[in-house]
Amino acid sequence: MDELTLKDYLRETSIVQSRLISAAVIGVILVAVLLLRLFYLQVEQYQHYATLSQDNRIRLVPIPPVRGQIYDRNGVILAENLPVYTLEVTPDRVENMGTLLQQVGQLVELSEKDLERFKETLHARPGFEAQTLKAGLTDDEVGRFAVNQHRFNGIELRARLQRHYPLGAELVHVVGYVGRISEADLGQIDRAAYRGTDYIGKLGIEDRYEDILLGTVGYEQVETNAHGRVVRTLARTSPVAGGNVHLNIDTQLQKVARESLGEFEGAVVAVEPQTGALLAFVSNPVYDPNPFVNGIDAKSYKVLRESSSRPLLNRALNGRYAPGSTIKGLFALAALENHRSPEYAAFCPGWFSLKGSRHRYRCWKRTGHGSMNLYNAIVQSCDVYFYQLAHSLGIDKLHDFLTGYGLGRTTGVDLEGEPSGLVPSRDWKRRAKGQPWYPGETVITGIGQGYTLVTPLQLATVTGTLANHGKRIRPRLVHSIEEPQAKTRQVLHPEVLETVKLGNDQYYERVIHALTDVVHGQRGTARRVGRGAEYRFAGKTGTAQVIGIAQGARYDENKIAKRFRDHSLFIAFAPVADPKIAVAVIAENGGSGSRTAAPIARRVMDYFLTGSVEPLVPKKSKMTDLRDGGPDQT
Amino acid sequence: MVDPIKRDDFWHLDPPLLAGLILLCGLSLLILYSAGGEDLSLLFRQGVRVLIGFTVLIALAQVPPETLSRWSPHIFGVGLGLLVLVLLVGAIGHGAQRWLNLGLFRFQPAEIMKLGVPMMVAWLLTRKTLPPGWRDVLIALGIVVAPVLLVVLQPDLGTAVLIAVSGLIAIFLAGLRWRYLLLALAALAAAGPFSWSMLHEYQQRRIVTLFDPWSDPLGAGYHTIQSIIAVGSGGVYGKGWLNGSQSQLEFIPERSTDFIFAVFGEEFGLIGALLLISLYIFVISRGIYISFYARDTFSRLVAGSLALTFFFYLFVNIGMVSGILPVVGIPLPLVSYGGTSMVTLMAGFGILMSIHTHKKFMPK
Repeated sequence: MDELTLKDYLRETSIVQSRLISAAVIGVILVAVLLLRLFYLQVEQYQHYATLSQDNRIRLVPIPPVRGQIYDRNGVILAENLPVYTLEVTPDRVENMGTLLQQVGQLVELSEKDLERFKETLHARPGFEAQTLKAGLTDDEVGRFAVNQHRFNGIELRARLQRHYPLGAELVHVVGYVGRISEADLGQIDRAAYRGTDYIGKLGIEDRYEDILLGTVGYEQVETNAHGRVVRTLARTSPVAGGNVHLNIDTQLQKVARESLGEFEGAVVAVEPQTGALLAFVSNPVYDPNPFVNGIDAKSYKVLRESSSRPLLNRALNGRYAPGSTIKGLFALAALENHRSPEYAAFCPGWFSLKGSRHRYRCWKRTGHGSMNLYNAIVQSCDVYFYQLAHSLGIDKLHDFLTGYGLGRTTGVDLEGEPSGLVPSRDWKRRAKGQPWYPGETVITGIGQGYTLVTPLQLATVTGTLANHGKRIRPRLVHSIEEPQAKTRQVLHPEVLETVKLGNDQYYERVIHALTDVVHGQRGTARRVGRGAEYRFAGKTGTAQVIGIAQGARYDENKIAKRFRDHSLFIAFAPVADPKIAVAVIAENGGSGSRTAAPIARRVMDYFLTGSVEPLVPKKSKMTDLRDGGPDQT
Repeated sequence: MVDPIKRDDFWHLDPPLLAGLILLCGLSLLILYSAGGEDLSLLFRQGVRVLIGFTVLIALAQVPPETLSRWSPHIFGVGLGLLVLVLLVGAIGHGAQRWLNLGLFRFQPAEIMKLGVPMMVAWLLTRKTLPPGWRDVLIALGIVVAPVLLVVLQPDLGTAVLIAVSGLIAIFLAGLRWRYLLLALAALAAAGPFSWSMLHEYQQRRIVTLFDPWSDPLGAGYHTIQSIIAVGSGGVYGKGWLNGSQSQLEFIPERSTDFIFAVFGEEFGLIGALLLISLYIFVISRGIYISFYARDTFSRLVAGSLALTFFFYLFVNIGMVSGILPVVGIPLPLVSYGGTSMVTLMAGFGILMSIHTHKKFMPK
């Protein structure tokens, strides 16, 4: 090697070596950066990341509680949880969803709705969670699928508990039903309490007592991997089953009442006066709640909704009717309380007119009752007497008196959506209609027509109040609540809302005496219904006009379309000496109160008090004219 | 002639470097057992790769540096040809293609270039006296850019970056004037904002996510977030071998490959991480030492480039796992599970050993 090369070599060496040193310096700086970063993560921020790592792996998995059951007063089960087979798909384990659904569809019927709902949850929930494809498989389908299960991955047959109403339609207006939790529900509930639960009470007791029936969700603390699969269970809090709800309803009585209503649309409410216990709570017609549990199909729902008999309407709770003559007992009390002499006699020529007006308010008895005192006016349901009475007391007193007995106000029953009914007043009319009160409106209020509206529940409750001499008790469907795990049973005690104090307790005796003679007296409007009773009861008929009848025209039932016929009403309580049951019956378009509603009430009381009931006499299909045929009138 | 520093070489191996490599490979098997879910077959496959790697190392250690220098243009040329071939096969086979299937084994031509490019650059620049003139720098840049472009087209960004870096380090070591370097950096800085404005909004967002994983915790940011949580929750002492919840419960993606350092950090803590990094620094320092005292300039450039590229691997990988660098597909050298890169790295260390042990003809 020559000198030059050697010189070059030394120069080159020093260049590269100095560069290596530079690179090493940069390297040291970079290593320092890395070490600082590791120190920051593992020492400075250790707590933070340790927490994050813990949160990553620990998850709470909800264990849904068993929903409480619903029983009637005799322990008959009204709402239970039955195991049903469901097909559940774990999307993560499915290779080809389309093929799977198609193949499964050949074994098990998958409706459009099933598929649609499944596709929705598919997007909304994580893929490692099993999702319901179809609930409620038939035994055939279970069999067919079980045999073929080995062919599929990621789909399983599982037994789950589902709400079932063994009596079907019978008690739908009392018990209601549960349904799948909807978007709207989600906004109103505590989501944490519903984790793992798909159903929520939508109607009736199921809705009102949701808090008790639901139970408390349990949790399993599990360790999961990044895919959410459970690796092991770390801790477990067991769920607490929901409370069982025992109703006051007597299912047998309920059946008797509904059978007695027969084809009539209407309501029967029976209450125990001393306790407010609702013994029967019938709204006719009824419908089967079971299809609602998993969502009724649109077509069936449309049929129910558009049916002219309106089965979805809970008439006992929400039906609002003119009370008709059933209100007369209360107005008789009003007369006594306002110091009208019970012996004062009004003359009934068959009609009543206000001074200076030629309008005739007719009595149901066109020929007139002649001279009527308070007792006779109740027993024979003389309209003219009560026209006069109402006119002389004035609307303000009538309003206050009815309101005192709880009319025009909710009863406080344990169901949602109770209406208040309507007791008209001057104020109300000015507000609602922007008109002054006319004296003629007071007149017809006296016989329960005009604006006054009551629900069957209110009517039954007020009848109970009458039987109780003014003690108002909150009507209640639920008798007691049983906590099956704690083995406790809490009985709901009767709740006295208030006691209507009258000047003299004798007033009640007097009016009840007259009401008793409505059914047991010689001239009582419902004397036929009192015949052969093993106990004494008090009652009052009512016939509520559905359409107005022109001046001078006659009401001829056979010439009026059925839906315009009068509603038939009857209220009663029994036995008179020691009231055990108060009943209100409304049969829509049933005609006179004594003919249709009174026998229904009698059957209900018979069954409740004696345990037996006369067989139903088939109703004559053709309506004979009873308008003039007897005393069975308003 | 002074007798060369005749060491008691055994097969031209360098005992300190060899010891460092064996320790690293041992640690790799240890942590892979945990990261791979205690899968022995995975461990076995990695073990086989380690053995192949050491075989290649020993083989290359026997080849004197001047032979390597002579081979450089040929290796580079063959590598370039294979890269083109891979692209053609890929185009026919419809889809990304990095492999050539040679029947017995599959082979990734880009790996050749990790060695071929620095060797070629060193060979080119040592034909004239250093420091290189601007003309030679341009040619050297061309040598770097051509294979890098071909690898980018595959596309394999991680490997492309490593090839580029190994070439650029060789140019830097050859004495590229600082002013050129500063000029290049300035140009890069100036081009940044301009290129940024040229990008679509979604592309910009993707880049933002690279630097700020929390802006998309379940998407692009997921890897980084889970890996930071793993490292951070390891603390000073770690959760213990096989006890890292982030690792064992599969929260860390690619925990056997690119993110294996997160498993290490979680299970062995800061102390373990320091030990591992120290071991790496020992290996790299030994590489730089070999380069520093190499016999000739070609050897010096190649050795320096290989050692510093190895450091680059380490820095980028740990930076990525600890969340200070964006996620790019660069494994933790020698520890990550994976085939070809292990063999290439071992080949590189074979060259280093060859350089260190063939010093008989020291020019005087």
